[in-house]
Amino acid sequence: MAKANEIKYLTAIKAEKRPKKFCRFKKYNIRYIDYKDIEFLKKFLNEQGKLLPRRITGNSLKYQRKVSDAVKKARQMALLPFVTDLLK
Amino acid sequence: MNNYELMVIFTPVLSDDEFKAAQKKYTTLVTDNGGSIVGENPWGLKSLAYPIQKKTTGLYWVTEFIAPSDFNEKLKIQLLRDESVLRHMVTRLDKYAVEYNHKKRSGVPTGTEKVQEA
Repeated sequence: MAKANEIKYLTAIKAEKRPKKFCRFKKYNIRYIDYKDIEFLKKFLNEQGKLLPRRITGNSLKYQRKVSDAVKKARQMALLPFVTDLLK
Repeated sequence: MNNYELMVIFTPVLSDDEFKAAQKKYTTLVTDNGGSIVGENPWGLKSLAYPIQKKTTGLYWVTEFIAPSDFNEKLKIQLLRDESVLRHMVTRLDKYAVEYNHKKRSGVPTGTEKVQEA
């Protein structure tokens, strides 16, 4: 019986190493998310103006909630659209 | 006493003088009720992301003030009765928000510039 470390593959397995995601608010020490700063909020939206999930942005839960609150405030005050195409 | 931020969208049909008078009306309302204005920022005419009351532009006005918590009801009544107001929002500011606004007013970088695209 071959041991696990002796198994050789004919083609090399693709081991893609992605850089680890991080919460940018923790990294850059941002404590408050301004709902008036639209250009900043657009980083967390897709092209239809929907919020990107945490698994893509890498935000921690605490700051994802604050982002979502800020975006919703901006939408109420007509700074960001509720629905659109080609936001960026 | 708490820190609040008020954002109002006025109708775009107001003239410059009327816009100034409307701002003055609300700042005096704050000071008359035992509050104080921290900062004001009239953005002026700006296009809306979607039409409100069939209007595509609005006059934005943002102000930060300190007031007792029972003042907001009075402010709300005045804003809702005013026909030149399309929409308004009052936000309570925590200590980080106060710090952020203070930095923004004095031109110090607020730290959000460093964040690059994901």
